[in-house]
Amino acid sequence: MADDTVFDAVCDAARALGVTEVETIEASHDEALTRFANNAIHQNVAERARHLSVRALVDGRTARATTNRLDRESIRDVVAQAVALARASEPDSDLLPLAEPAAYQQPARWFESTAQATPGERARAVSDAIRVVEAAGQTAAGIYSTGEAAFSLRNSRGLAAVHRETMARFSITAMAADSSGWAKASACDAGALDPVALAQSAARKATLSRAPRELAPGRYTVILEPAAVLDLVGQMFTDFSATAVRDGRSFLNDRIGKRIFGGNITIHDDALHPLQSGAAFDGEGVPRRPLTLVEGGVVREIAYSRAAAALDGAGPTGHGFPLPNEFGEAPVNIVIAGGDSTVEAMVASAERAILVTRLWYIREVDPYEKVFTGMTRDGTFLVEGGAVTAGVRNFRFNQGLMELLSNVEALSAPVRASGEETFDMVAPGMKVREFRFSEVTRF
Amino acid sequence: MKDTALLALDAAGGSQVDYADVRVIETREREVTTKNGKAGHVSSSESVGVGIRVLASGCWGFAATDDLTRDGIVRAAALAREIARASATARKRDVSLAPEDAHQAVWVSPCRIDPFSISVDRNLGALLAVDAELRRSPAVTLAEGSMQFTRHRQVFASTAGSLIDQTRVTSGAGFAATCYKGGDIQKRSYPNSFGGQYQLKGYELVEELDMLAHAPRIAEEAVALHSADQCPEGEFDLILDSSQLGLQIHESIGHPIELDRVLGSEANYAGMSFLTLDQLDRLRYGSELVHVVCDARLEHGPGLGTFAYDDEGVPAQSTDIIRGGRFTGYMTSRETAGAVGQPRSNGCMRADGWARLPLIRMTNVSLLPGRQSLEEVFGMGDGIYMETNRSWSIDDKRYHFQFGCEIGWEIRGGKRVRMLKNPSYSGITTEFWNACSAIAGPEHWTLWGVPNCGKGQPEQVMGTGHGASPARFRKIRIGSAYGG
Repeated sequence: MADDTVFDAVCDAARALGVTEVETIEASHDEALTRFANNAIHQNVAERARHLSVRALVDGRTARATTNRLDRESIRDVVAQAVALARASEPDSDLLPLAEPAAYQQPARWFESTAQATPGERARAVSDAIRVVEAAGQTAAGIYSTGEAAFSLRNSRGLAAVHRETMARFSITAMAADSSGWAKASACDAGALDPVALAQSAARKATLSRAPRELAPGRYTVILEPAAVLDLVGQMFTDFSATAVRDGRSFLNDRIGKRIFGGNITIHDDALHPLQSGAAFDGEGVPRRPLTLVEGGVVREIAYSRAAAALDGAGPTGHGFPLPNEFGEAPVNIVIAGGDSTVEAMVASAERAILVTRLWYIREVDPYEKVFTGMTRDGTFLVEGGAVTAGVRNFRFNQGLMELLSNVEALSAPVRASGEETFDMVAPGMKVREFRFSEVTRF
Repeated sequence: MKDTALLALDAAGGSQVDYADVRVIETREREVTTKNGKAGHVSSSESVGVGIRVLASGCWGFAATDDLTRDGIVRAAALAREIARASATARKRDVSLAPEDAHQAVWVSPCRIDPFSISVDRNLGALLAVDAELRRSPAVTLAEGSMQFTRHRQVFASTAGSLIDQTRVTSGAGFAATCYKGGDIQKRSYPNSFGGQYQLKGYELVEELDMLAHAPRIAEEAVALHSADQCPEGEFDLILDSSQLGLQIHESIGHPIELDRVLGSEANYAGMSFLTLDQLDRLRYGSELVHVVCDARLEHGPGLGTFAYDDEGVPAQSTDIIRGGRFTGYMTSRETAGAVGQPRSNGCMRADGWARLPLIRMTNVSLLPGRQSLEEVFGMGDGIYMETNRSWSIDDKRYHFQFGCEIGWEIRGGKRVRMLKNPSYSGITTEFWNACSAIAGPEHWTLWGVPNCGKGQPEQVMGTGHGASPARFRKIRIGSAYGG
């Protein structure tokens, strides 16, 4: 059933129940992932799915029901379910009417060659990457995924917001006897990925980190590659939310407008940045507005959903999650401004430092001081006299983000960074003094 | 659903494949949350689809679709075969499967009160009553409550002749009080953090939790933590409540015994394991008090890892993982069982829905209860008691861990003498379990549910069960998360 037809069927079903205020989200994806380990493809999957989600507003109450059955009877059922749940809910005096129609910019993020990529194409790319790692006498594991997704949001006030994009991801770990290396990239256009180059980088790291030395825990200067910056610094952005501040669960309580990071830290949220992905509107259909979250170390702006904006007398910024939800909003297109250094120059300038490829299992230790713990992984090196001299056993860190972002000595140009601990962002590499490694593991 | 499963199995290929299995799954969910006196999230969802797994040319192919028309299923089956053929271009060896009997069964998990028969306004009423009780303390800045219910019916069919119809109903509920004051955020949760307790039960779980009765204590503790002393740093005897010990089991025993992880399948994402194959039946994993099983059978309890058959059609089993402190077993699948000399899978393959491939996942990995009384566990000398997880982290081989808890207490003479805030502990997995010096008896044993265990690419989120009694560990490193 076409999107317009589905929406009309939802409206008809709602009217039959005496409800005129409805919002729909229709989402679909067609994605495939080729996974390899021990130098062979071992899991190779594809999935195709779509769903319809209906939100009804009834006398100051709202609720949502979702189905992946899109025949007329199922659509009537899901509308009836949303209406019944809304009627059973408590009235909310802060609930707003549905959003009004708006105009949207349409970033070009759909590429036919990525949408149409075949199992054979993925297998060939994987085979080429495996050969690189095998040639180094190492073992490869990783993924190559391609796919497309579409998302449309409509409401009974005439709002219609549509987005579609493709996404490709390639990630590889090269393992030697007592060391490993890792590399990952993502892009809306699979053609922008270079699996062989990523394999070469991972294999080089595995070679350089063999026979790792054990260093004592303590404070070290660290050089964090962009993926490590992303996965650690990326943990704080859910706090740049008016609802989180109102709830007292944000570390920005009593800190907005204050300098909490170094003067060389500036962070934006920009849905239309050329290295970003995702829709240009939020979960209610409000266009995403660029935000200056941090400027010269000072917290300038936070995200507002429509409801949070109404409570604070501010304007919505286009960062709300689909309603109803208890979290409000968050910036999701993070762009961390960089500097004129490079990771290589950071290494060359360091008397003694730890070069970190990747961080792992990052969890919050202290919600207000924004202390996080986690491990280094897959390529941790000792830098001495301006050069990498050895691999080192992996460290556990316990590090506050305000301290970290106050101790940044150099930044590289930002890139689209991809990790495993948070969503992709545009982030630079960073050289940071006094990073706290609290313990060391056995490998 | 049975007809759809048989149609999909037929489409999967017959003579074109060496083996095929299909899972048709219908899921219904309800989620209700409250926040500061209001409904937070009220939603329901339903989903139906089929996942088709084929073994052809020595390799696996998998395709899933929610298009359950004949054409949609045929397309998905053809795609699964195409994927298997593509996999064969980067193959090192042919997949072989441990034998398994054909099973025909219909199984429905025990459920005394169908949670979907309870009205949403009754769900909200119960949560809002808890919310009001929490906010009787004006210092509580955020009161949150939640309930989740799921009914998951799956029809599994395989070319080996199995046809298994299973229905599982799970419920979850809990609440939390957060207090922001003077540059400090403290939180207490009941009965566990991250949503509370989850089990293979109906609405009776919510009634058993008696949340309203516990709300005043939780609010009081959240506020009191602001004036509590910081947990000291150093080596102390550590006593863990059963919920925190459940997560300790999950991270430092459950994940390392996944045989696919040991064999390298997860190396790029979740990592590998320190439990290399040479450790089996040799490694002193823990003290002699430590007995751990992986048990998916109903007689183990109503866990999130309880079922009748796994997603390869293998019956639920109990496997000794650690016996008297010695490492004795992995979790296996039909493909991996042979790597450790098992004639048969021990039934740990699970997928988080129709769209995803089954992987080796924890079922119920539990520490069996000990013989000590709670008074004996607390009374074996001074120490620090910690309750309710706040943060968890472990390295990618599952050696070095660090956990934080919501609240701690200094223990002297077997009594709680001082509340401690921001407690944390860390260590090396085998050193920690070898330091186990007391485990409380079966009357204190609880089968906890972890609803959000992530693994695989694309990532799958699975519910797992972990039974534990409060236990004591000697000379554990405490407080380094907040160290200098």
